[in-house]
Amino acid sequence: MDISRPHHPASPHRHILHRLHALQQQFRHISPHAMQQAAAEFNIPLSQVAAVVAFYSFFSTQPRGRFDILFSNCTSCGYLSGEQDLMRMLCQLLQVTPGKTRADGLISIDETSCIGMCDQGASLLVNGLPVIGLNAEKLAQIAQRITTESPLADWPAEWFAVHDRVYQRDLLLMEQHAPGSALQTALAQGADRTLAVIQQSGLRGRGGAGFDTGKKWQLCRAAPGSAHYVVCNADEGEPGTFKDRLLLRDHADAMIEGMTLCALVIGAKQGFVYLRGEYRYLLPHLHAALDQRRSQGLLGQHILGYENFEFDIDIVVGAGAYICGEESALIESLEGKPGIPRIRPPFPVTHGYLGQPTIVNNVETFIAAAHIAAHGSAWFNSIGTEQSRGAKILSISGDCEKPGIYEYPFGVRIQQILDDCGARDVQAVQIGGPAGKLLGAAEFNRTISFEDVSTGGSFLVFVQQRDLLAIHRNFAHFFAHESCGFCTPCRIGTQLLKNNLDKIAAGRGTTHDIEALKQLSHLIQHQSHCGLGHTAAHHVLDGLQQFPQTFSAPLQPHFTAQFDLDQALESARQAAHRDDAAAHLDNG
Amino acid sequence: MSDHPSTIRIDDQEIPFTAGQTIMDAALAAGIYIPHLCHYPGLPPSGNCRLCVVETGNRSAAACITPAIAGQEIRNNTPELNEARKAITQMLFVEGNHICPSCEKTGNCKLQAMAYHLGMLDDHFPQFYQRRELDASHPKILLDRSRCILCDLCVRASRDVDQKNVFAIAGRGTDAHLIVNSPSGKLADSTMAVTDLAANICPVGAILIKEQGYQVPIGQRIYDRQTIRETSLQEHVEPKNDD
Repeated sequence: MDISRPHHPASPHRHILHRLHALQQQFRHISPHAMQQAAAEFNIPLSQVAAVVAFYSFFSTQPRGRFDILFSNCTSCGYLSGEQDLMRMLCQLLQVTPGKTRADGLISIDETSCIGMCDQGASLLVNGLPVIGLNAEKLAQIAQRITTESPLADWPAEWFAVHDRVYQRDLLLMEQHAPGSALQTALAQGADRTLAVIQQSGLRGRGGAGFDTGKKWQLCRAAPGSAHYVVCNADEGEPGTFKDRLLLRDHADAMIEGMTLCALVIGAKQGFVYLRGEYRYLLPHLHAALDQRRSQGLLGQHILGYENFEFDIDIVVGAGAYICGEESALIESLEGKPGIPRIRPPFPVTHGYLGQPTIVNNVETFIAAAHIAAHGSAWFNSIGTEQSRGAKILSISGDCEKPGIYEYPFGVRIQQILDDCGARDVQAVQIGGPAGKLLGAAEFNRTISFEDVSTGGSFLVFVQQRDLLAIHRNFAHFFAHESCGFCTPCRIGTQLLKNNLDKIAAGRGTTHDIEALKQLSHLIQHQSHCGLGHTAAHHVLDGLQQFPQTFSAPLQPHFTAQFDLDQALESARQAAHRDDAAAHLDNG
Repeated sequence: MSDHPSTIRIDDQEIPFTAGQTIMDAALAAGIYIPHLCHYPGLPPSGNCRLCVVETGNRSAAACITPAIAGQEIRNNTPELNEARKAITQMLFVEGNHICPSCEKTGNCKLQAMAYHLGMLDDHFPQFYQRRELDASHPKILLDRSRCILCDLCVRASRDVDQKNVFAIAGRGTDAHLIVNSPSGKLADSTMAVTDLAANICPVGAILIKEQGYQVPIGQRIYDRQTIRETSLQEHVEPKNDD
């Protein structure tokens, strides 16, 4: 039985992820009984439901608080703000331990991977809604409202108001999109000609990998299957990226139009937008955009009056799993399973959703495709570089005066971007998120392009005062948390990498650990199953090469025990209710 | 395009393959051993253990899931790859709680045999000491997750051969663990039987059939008599085909 029933426009409970989200909202957890019911309802094995619940961060088997708070732990929108630990602050105000629901069930506080609010200051999700611009004062007010059980609807609206800041517009962000204009042109000239225009434009996927979009569409169009599918990857989870947040809000119509064009080219009747769970607050807006296009005759049957052109889109909302940004993991998730990357080949263009030919493109790629179809390939490929046509939208955050959204023609120099965003005294930039590239000042004359430094959009700035080892630890914790657990080198290796960096930071590392870091990083990079593993140790290798003192400065010259023996006795002290001097090792 | 229409070259040996075969299929058919733990001929490949990663050109690929292509030049038995395989085996040892000296699977255990094969002399990495749930509910079968290496063989055997779908893997990262497809999550409430392939295919001591642990004395067990290289070239199960 097909669990997502793709030919019926979305009802909130049609998809297992949506059903489980509703259960989590209603009961604050998903009980074994609820899992059995869901398994029966969707006619899938109970073990599949249990595996899905265990896989996605936003589901839990133990009750969470009526106010369930998740602090972002990203280096830009995370809870470590300057000298302050905002999560600890709120925990103290509300007498709660991170990760444990308070006994009265009122509140639970934990952390989650980047929620895409990197230009909005420290941020959290409360019952799934983002609250931005956190500081000590606001946390005190939040604690007050939680203690008095003030419903979220009564909280000040400005706490939830995400104001996008666009500082630099180019090709896509300057363009005014007239709904249906690209489709009119495409339908008038036919699918063959439309595909040719996309191919001539030189458009490459904007997610970071940069596969030729026209070629992808052509391969999918040529692939035999009982149905073809169009999927928009709106699961931008790379810490430091947030440009899809703007695009989904202000350019949703162009994105949908791009998907519809793709449907025309490959012969699809059904599309999906896979929206990251952190952006659930954009769901009503996206549904409205879809409804408006249906009412305009731009979605549904007989699009623009063409008898044989039928296409509609469902939105599936993720539930907290970075790996679902990988296209085959995303398809697994669409099919109601844990997001474990598939064996490739075969690739989704021939064997994707339900085993049928499927296009998965990024939000920005579909928007670019819509404008290219409307304005022609020359409009697009006249700017950029030889191998990177067009412009790229960047999410810039970290230590700069003007964090926000910037669009540049490909080939822009990193130094120019730093000048524009008001970054001074810069030690390093991390481009493409933790999976991307770490560059020091000597490399700031390099350019953003597929042939030089490629990025899906994330651009993190770190000034001289930043402790880079803390950044590396943050990234290593991120990958250890987000590894899907499928393959040995990534599952265990990311954990070992994290432990190794923690050990060095704790002052227990020796020179031997540097060699160990290198070997481990190479192993994870070369032996892993998917892109997450292939890139998870990049930051360590870049750091060892460019900033070796980051790792060597805290090292101990002599033998140091792998673990803190006194700390290891802590559980014994707790059991014995002792904390006197005799219950501690003599460290002198 | 190629001078070798249906052959591939593994290290210095040229071997034939047929359309649809993976590098692993072709290698095993030709008597070439590529170390592996999660692969079992006859079951669909998974590609999770990564021991069978080989190099073709400048790319790394898991032999069990990578199609053989005419003219492929594959490096398999190299010092670098065998070092990586040893490190992966060490990772599996420190992730679980492996108790070789007192484990009744000792001598019949593929993880242990692989460690010997690769010349592994220590764990190298610090132990994780994870707490993992033991399920002794079934009268005849013991499930000890401490010794599980998440190879997925029992999952595939139960689903594709036994046609019972008793197992699945749940949880992310090092939280990943084997779960049982029954309302209580216990093996006793599942349809598992000792005669199932899933009860017998576990390469380690995670799924053990009760009351037969020491019937074969130490010294006469599988890997006391043969190396894992030799046994791995002989293995095969027949998948059920009743579609």
